[in-house]
Amino acid sequence: MEKSLVIDPAKCTSCLQCELACSFEHEGVFNPARSRIWVFELEHGARAIPFTCTQCAEAWCMRACPVEAITVNHTTGAKEVDADLCVGCKVCAIACPFGAINYDVERHVVAKCDLCGGDPQCAAACPTGAITWVDAGQTGYERMRAWAVGTDAALSH
Amino acid sequence: MGWQRKILRVNLTEGRCTVEPLNMDWAFAYLGERGLASKYLMEGMDPKADPMGPENLLIFVTGPLTGTMASTSGRYAVVTKGPLTGAIACSNSGGKFGAEFKFAGYDLLIFEGRAANPVYLHLVDDQAELLPADEIWGSSVWDTDAWLKSRHQDSRLKIAAIGVAGERGVRYACIVNDLHRAAGRSGVGAVMGSKNLKAIAVRGTRGVGVKDPKRFMQATRDAKAALRDNRGRQEMTKLGTNAMIDAMQEFGGLPTRNFHAVQFEGVEKINPRAMMRTHVDGHRNLVTNKACFGCTIACGRIAHVDPHHFTIVNHKEYWHASGGLEYETAYAFGPLVGVDDIDALTFAGYLMNEHGMDPISFGGTLAAAMELYEMGVITDADTDGVALRFGNAEALTVMAERTGKFEGFGQILGLGSKRMCEKYGHPELFMGVKGQEFAGYDSRALQGMGLGYATSNRGACHLKHDTFAEDMEDQSGNGKAVPCKESQDRTAMVDSTGVCLFTTSAWGVDEFRAQIDAACEGEWTNERLLEIGERIWNLERQFNLAAGLTAADDTLPKRLLEVPAPGGVAAGKVCELDKMLNEYYQVRGWTDDGRPSNETLARLGL
Repeated sequence: MEKSLVIDPAKCTSCLQCELACSFEHEGVFNPARSRIWVFELEHGARAIPFTCTQCAEAWCMRACPVEAITVNHTTGAKEVDADLCVGCKVCAIACPFGAINYDVERHVVAKCDLCGGDPQCAAACPTGAITWVDAGQTGYERMRAWAVGTDAALSH
Repeated sequence: MGWQRKILRVNLTEGRCTVEPLNMDWAFAYLGERGLASKYLMEGMDPKADPMGPENLLIFVTGPLTGTMASTSGRYAVVTKGPLTGAIACSNSGGKFGAEFKFAGYDLLIFEGRAANPVYLHLVDDQAELLPADEIWGSSVWDTDAWLKSRHQDSRLKIAAIGVAGERGVRYACIVNDLHRAAGRSGVGAVMGSKNLKAIAVRGTRGVGVKDPKRFMQATRDAKAALRDNRGRQEMTKLGTNAMIDAMQEFGGLPTRNFHAVQFEGVEKINPRAMMRTHVDGHRNLVTNKACFGCTIACGRIAHVDPHHFTIVNHKEYWHASGGLEYETAYAFGPLVGVDDIDALTFAGYLMNEHGMDPISFGGTLAAAMELYEMGVITDADTDGVALRFGNAEALTVMAERTGKFEGFGQILGLGSKRMCEKYGHPELFMGVKGQEFAGYDSRALQGMGLGYATSNRGACHLKHDTFAEDMEDQSGNGKAVPCKESQDRTAMVDSTGVCLFTTSAWGVDEFRAQIDAACEGEWTNERLLEIGERIWNLERQFNLAAGLTAADDTLPKRLLEVPAPGGVAAGKVCELDKMLNEYYQVRGWTDDGRPSNETLARLGL
């Protein structure tokens, strides 16, 4: 079953465990600056929004890459960068409408979310359920369920 | 590993930044944060020096777990000689700033001397530069934060700054980071101001490594699971630290109107239930809860002041959410001054963060001023016409702003309660220890707290020991010395790791040992960690003795020693400090006059 990251900003406390987990998985150290998921805080922290690559089906980055370094992992659905092929031209970073690809200044290639090979560590580390790893075809299920429960409560009064 | 093994030393007099290796012998003996910086302070300055003079050192310090995946790993501390107390000051903060300067590659930032003109430190990894702060001198913490991010075109900068209160030497000015987290107590912000240092703006991209990553990850997972399943932690997430206000009200340990009462009739209007209540117009004080860096507890509150409230109805600039009521703020702006207006409390809390002041000491000072006013010692002529009566919400918010901006009677309040009460000839009205005001626990009801307050190395403080369980069980002074001493040592250790004291609702020494041992070089046992805690406690004591403090300073105000509690479970009781203190000195291995004995010092390698 294809799975997808689902982000619910209302549950995010901006603890950054996701950024720590991502950098540890990919770099072996704790370093939010090199995470592929970032949490954005607004209004003195009243709101926090985790954001990362959404793994577009027709990915702009993949189409833009002149050396075909970005390919689809058909097991996970992730658009993955092959660091051996990447020449660091950053055209993919320009093409991505969301800014979800960034240049890795140490390795001189681009870096993006690869869904950790099917076991995303950001979701595993999230203590509040703001980031979950669920059935890609039913990403709205829990939110719909919450509304259904609310509707039930309204109807039964 | 764990440590970055690097220090940035900033000589403000000469305008020079130099990088030094971390003294690893000290790191192994004092761990990090509170302990390690206390050692650097003891070795780096004369404890007799004027805290507001250039000889004082101002040290920002992280611990070996800061910046890692350990839960609550965002802690840093500011260690210096405190201008409120004349004792060693160690103020601990969360937010995101501490982890950031560790990611830049440093365990400690040591500021020495005094800049000729206002400056700020801009620190991005290896690049450290002191830049002119003339344009922001006189600005609030919030305006300084915005100015720095704009000036450097970098919204990712993490900033610690002082407001006007720190610039002008308000004795309890704090250092605010990330807009509403603070190294709060003992006046560390006034030291920063005395050095003409307005702010530190930092960004770090270097990361933090650990000794045994696989074992470390398992240890942090286990420890996080323990927190997740812990009932105390669950309450803290749901209700915030202000859950304590209901507990203290019920118990009768909630200091009210400068300790004249131990219960407050208005508590239902300012407790967590009041914060979570949705009003008919849809307004709700509490917006959400919020975590510091790495924290899986998230006890922090983000709140809104009602835009129709008199404090902000004509001030649209405050119609946004910001840091909400924590227990100590709710206590100090509520019962302690007799105010039950939740919006006034919340707004005064905003002002503390905006201008950089410790709410506990401000509330304590205002409470004493209110008592002086009601006694007729000070009048409207002194207060510029503001009626400083207990329960006057406007007096709270107006005086918070005037003190923050160092205007009018705010300049007197900026002295702190002890100096202000002495100035007006009523030193007995000061409710605190070693010049620092009490937190929200009355030590007639909580006897072990009284001993902890009297012996805390930074003056009255509720966070340097933990005898809650013993105090709840028994309202006498019996058997409090041993748990007080043991929890002081344990707390000194926890404060030196880089994680938050609030983890101790679920973590014992085992959890700390497992995480430290996987992160740091060497063999770490529970015994070694607790010995480090005891070493730190005695080192801090040595600093204070060298600074001129004596056993006579280990005392409490007469109101707690002679006036019986007017209600609650301890009605009719006073704090039995003398009895506890003698036993405490013995348990500590100190002489009768409160000095660590030679054997104790030798045993701890001091």
